[in-house]
Amino acid sequence: MTQWSGYLGLILQGALVTIELTLMGSVLALIMAFLAGMGRLSRFFALRALATAYIEFFRGTSIFVQLFFAYFVLPLIGLELTPLQAGVLALGLNVGAYAAEVVRGAVQSIGREQHEACIALNLGRWQGLRHVILPQAFLVMLPTFGNNAIELLKATSVVSLISLADLTFQAQVVRAQTGNTMVPFATILVIYFVLALLISWGVRSLERRMARGLDGVRV
Amino acid sequence: MEWDWDFVWQIMPTLIQGVKITILATLLGSVLAAIVGLGIALARRSPNKALSRTVGWAAEFIRGTPLLVQLYFIFYVLPDIGILLPPLVAGVIGLGLHYGTYTAEVYRAGIDNVPRGQWEAAKACNLSARQTWTHIIIPQAIPPMIPALANYFIAMFKETPLLSAITVLELMNQAKSVANTYYRYIEPITLVGAFFLAISLCSVVLLRWLERRYGKIER
Repeated sequence: MTQWSGYLGLILQGALVTIELTLMGSVLALIMAFLAGMGRLSRFFALRALATAYIEFFRGTSIFVQLFFAYFVLPLIGLELTPLQAGVLALGLNVGAYAAEVVRGAVQSIGREQHEACIALNLGRWQGLRHVILPQAFLVMLPTFGNNAIELLKATSVVSLISLADLTFQAQVVRAQTGNTMVPFATILVIYFVLALLISWGVRSLERRMARGLDGVRV
Repeated sequence: MEWDWDFVWQIMPTLIQGVKITILATLLGSVLAAIVGLGIALARRSPNKALSRTVGWAAEFIRGTPLLVQLYFIFYVLPDIGILLPPLVAGVIGLGLHYGTYTAEVYRAGIDNVPRGQWEAAKACNLSARQTWTHIIIPQAIPPMIPALANYFIAMFKETPLLSAITVLELMNQAKSVANTYYRYIEPITLVGAFFLAISLCSVVLLRWLERRYGKIER
């Protein structure tokens, strides 16, 4: 009989790393999403071009390749990253590119009359964005952001391949030590699924909170 | 570390070998995903509650867990119960199953978009359930969903590097083995990135064309 409690501890440690990666990656992705998403709507050609290049590049190449690039190639040009930093960087930039399109779509989905109302109230560009457009647009973005966060959670499993001890990596360790494949992999599948359910549940309750006081504004 | 063109030409034949496997895996995976997705979509509409619930939950589970872990599961766990699959077959099954759960949603939306009148007309013409599906519903449902399906196939293409984790000798694995042989990472990994970017940019053009060709049938 193998010592399952010890191995379970190992897997839970991996779960912590996965959660940590998901959270930090999501924060970076959120920042990049707003920077690039607003960049695509900018008045200035240079900003638009820059944002478009970022989005197309990170959506066009695989997350896997980006991770390997961050971990193996960046050190050669003098940028040494720990596996965790490389993981957060690649995940955040990759998912941020997808989420940037969500930001752009949501901001564009806000009706013309809202923009006109901002002008009529003599709000500046920034004020209008901050107080009128974004609060409404954010609600449109939230469900898709939830999906993006789940995609990010799933993508964290790839970091096990650059020797970061996340769930998938620990499952491999347990597998190597016990020779049992079924139990560790089934366990982490369930943990990933529970985490994904938690994210979708969290986003849904956040959505309900944010929607308060906006009844009748949105259809 | 300098970029070395001679080295690039030296490793090119090996990488081309990998490209072939990558494309093969994507094509086979797409076909499987298209079939699995249709199966899931039909099963979820089945009047048999037990079947539709079970399939719904299974699809939800597969969509909420990482493809990498699913690949490990297929490749390492199934042999325990006597199913020994070659790496490429295991990879294609993993891709097909995982993306099948996504394409199922596309099918669902496409089928829901067929107007009620078509169902009623089929009934009025005394068509059987099978005839209704094959002659009335599916031919109308499929064209509008082609762009969305293609979108997922492109996403799948970008996930194929994961197959290297289960020892499929696709592009990423060839690049890694080249990099490990010569201790040069810049050229192989950058070339892999460039290859993915090139294919993705081409596929964006293809996608736009598909959208123009099929996307607007209903509007």
